[in-house]
Amino acid sequence: MNTSGINGVIQKATALYETSQVCMNDFKSWVQLDSSHLSDGQRLAVKYFIVAVILFFAQILFGLLAATQFIFPGFLYEILDFSVNRMIHINAMIVWMLYGFIGCVYWFLEDESGTEIVGLKLGNIAFWVLTGAVTLVVLVYLLVQIGPGKDSSLWFINEGREYIEAPRWADIGIVIVMLIFFYNVVATFIKGKWSGIAGVLTLDLVALAGLYVAGMFYMTNITHEQYWWWWVIHLWVEATWEVLVGVIMAWSLMKLLGVRRKIIQTWLYIEVALMFGSGILGLGHHYFWIGTPEYWLTIGGFFSALEPIPLVAMVVHAVYDTGANAFKNSNHPALAWIIAQAFGNFFGAGVWGFMHTLPQINMFTHGTQWSASHGHLAFFGAYATINIAFFYLAIQHWRGDVWMGSDSQNTWRWKWALGLLNGGVLGMTIALLIAGYEQSFIERAVEGSTWGGYFTAQNHPSFQSAMVWRLFFGGVTFAGFVLLVWDLLTIGKGETRLAPEIIEMR
Amino acid sequence: MNEIPLWASETFWKKTAIWVTAGSFLVLVVLTMDSLSKTSAGSKRVPAYSVINKKIDYQYNKELHKFMPVISENELLFGKEYTEQEALQLVDLGKKTTQAKNCMNCHTLLGNGAYYAPDLTKAWLDKGWVSKEVREDMMMRFLMDPEKNARTFGSNRKMPNLNITEQEAKGIIAFLKWMSSIDTNGFPYNFKTINAEE
Repeated sequence: MNTSGINGVIQKATALYETSQVCMNDFKSWVQLDSSHLSDGQRLAVKYFIVAVILFFAQILFGLLAATQFIFPGFLYEILDFSVNRMIHINAMIVWMLYGFIGCVYWFLEDESGTEIVGLKLGNIAFWVLTGAVTLVVLVYLLVQIGPGKDSSLWFINEGREYIEAPRWADIGIVIVMLIFFYNVVATFIKGKWSGIAGVLTLDLVALAGLYVAGMFYMTNITHEQYWWWWVIHLWVEATWEVLVGVIMAWSLMKLLGVRRKIIQTWLYIEVALMFGSGILGLGHHYFWIGTPEYWLTIGGFFSALEPIPLVAMVVHAVYDTGANAFKNSNHPALAWIIAQAFGNFFGAGVWGFMHTLPQINMFTHGTQWSASHGHLAFFGAYATINIAFFYLAIQHWRGDVWMGSDSQNTWRWKWALGLLNGGVLGMTIALLIAGYEQSFIERAVEGSTWGGYFTAQNHPSFQSAMVWRLFFGGVTFAGFVLLVWDLLTIGKGETRLAPEIIEMR
Repeated sequence: MNEIPLWASETFWKKTAIWVTAGSFLVLVVLTMDSLSKTSAGSKRVPAYSVINKKIDYQYNKELHKFMPVISENELLFGKEYTEQEALQLVDLGKKTTQAKNCMNCHTLLGNGAYYAPDLTKAWLDKGWVSKEVREDMMMRFLMDPEKNARTFGSNRKMPNLNITEQEAKGIIAFLKWMSSIDTNGFPYNFKTINAEE
């Protein structure tokens, strides 16, 4: 290439850079956010929240692509196949929720410990390393997609294990970043003051990081492989994540409603006892059909049937506290999302999980759209909602603790976003449930799960129409997401009234 | 009125939480050790990899009231008798390939995965392969060129070309054959195999 060509490229790159700078500045002057309202820890938290929202977008986008392929199988065939879209759909979900949780913890860490974050610089480096790694992993998913049947594929392309597909190098990176996060949390609490919330959080993070390691090994024996794989997936989403959300919820309710710490912490311990007491051995409901011994039918069935109990307790908890405070609070959208969390967690994880957890039923629902129905409502209800609630808490503080109540401007936006997102996910859940029922009857019970039976069920009109409804409600969810982002960027702009100080309940 | 009963006190629940968590985890660890030893390759529930040399079927057991794998006389794969070590290598290649090709994000294996394509748990025994005589050949051609040998059952859903080599395809078939011999507690129910009479 000659020098004039190179100069041309450099000029174009510079021009592009300048244009993006101008756009960025325009955007900044439009959103009018003043970062001087944030502490250092909160600035780090906000970075995590921003990436979380971007990944939330990716989750919905690739979900829509995969949903379209159920209706038009030729769509993007051999360009972005269903397997790729579906993998990014579920990976983006897991990662955006983790980003959200880490953000939440960094957000309240200084407030809860009463001191500054110990390794702030390290925390910032970890953020950029993790974000760089996530970007690279997604690019490889999109551009390379698959590899030959060799170890190198599992190390650098994709491990091909649902939910934890990230290649091995990224696994190691994730563990290192989690250790840095863990160090920051523990060292900050040690330097400042310890609390019940801090104790539960610390133990939970040990389990969360430790469990991930269980999913980092290749095994030829698929029974053993799936055994450990469920250690990660189940003990994350049905045990340690639930407790992490309990911690985040506990802190939020103190701040939002002024619930007394003693009551909150007692509740938290009860929740931990119920959650781990049912959830750890509830793991057994994944060991019904993978080759593991028959005693798991009894153990898994019994303990997983108990799993909804803590979720009922959380509903009681949220509704009671809100009612005891006569709904008086300083951040209406955040409280609305917290109530959505209590109910979403109960219905999505509790009711939808319980419906097909007993082995006598699971024999026919296992591996059908039943699981997808449960997954959509549970992940959204239990985890997306609490993160969104926290986004509202964060944006309120970022705007300088302004009033966000019923008589604020443009409250229709958050209300519609709330309605569209919840309605969209619920609609998808019902559509998938109908598809799941149909599969259980026709594919599993009548046809005996052969390939022919599978396709008889897939070609059935009630399944086909359920897939159309799922795509439609996916669109509704997407509309809710767009509105949510618009609202998060504009809510409280120009508001001058300050939120009233919340005083601890007596 | 101001006295908090023991069962409502913070310390009581703190201790309960710790004991319940530690106790449950301990039970899980013990059960894990037991389960792993009962499901190692070569155990009663999970046969050795050399089972790929045998005839495998899946039949209803009247005494146990459930479907069980039935392993009987020799039925060689690709006309070759594999030693335990060779069988391990072949199944291992197949298993690794299913991961590297991301099979699990369309199919389910042992019922786990995605729901865009059929379950592979008993795929080796599926009637879709017409007869035992043509099965191996059909599977090979399907895996290596799924576009031309598509098996869509009227759904228009086609497996994409995943650049599977001949050796990898053999590995996958060996892996599927081995997997079909695992005792999965009767899942899937009522599955009629390629060996069953109409």
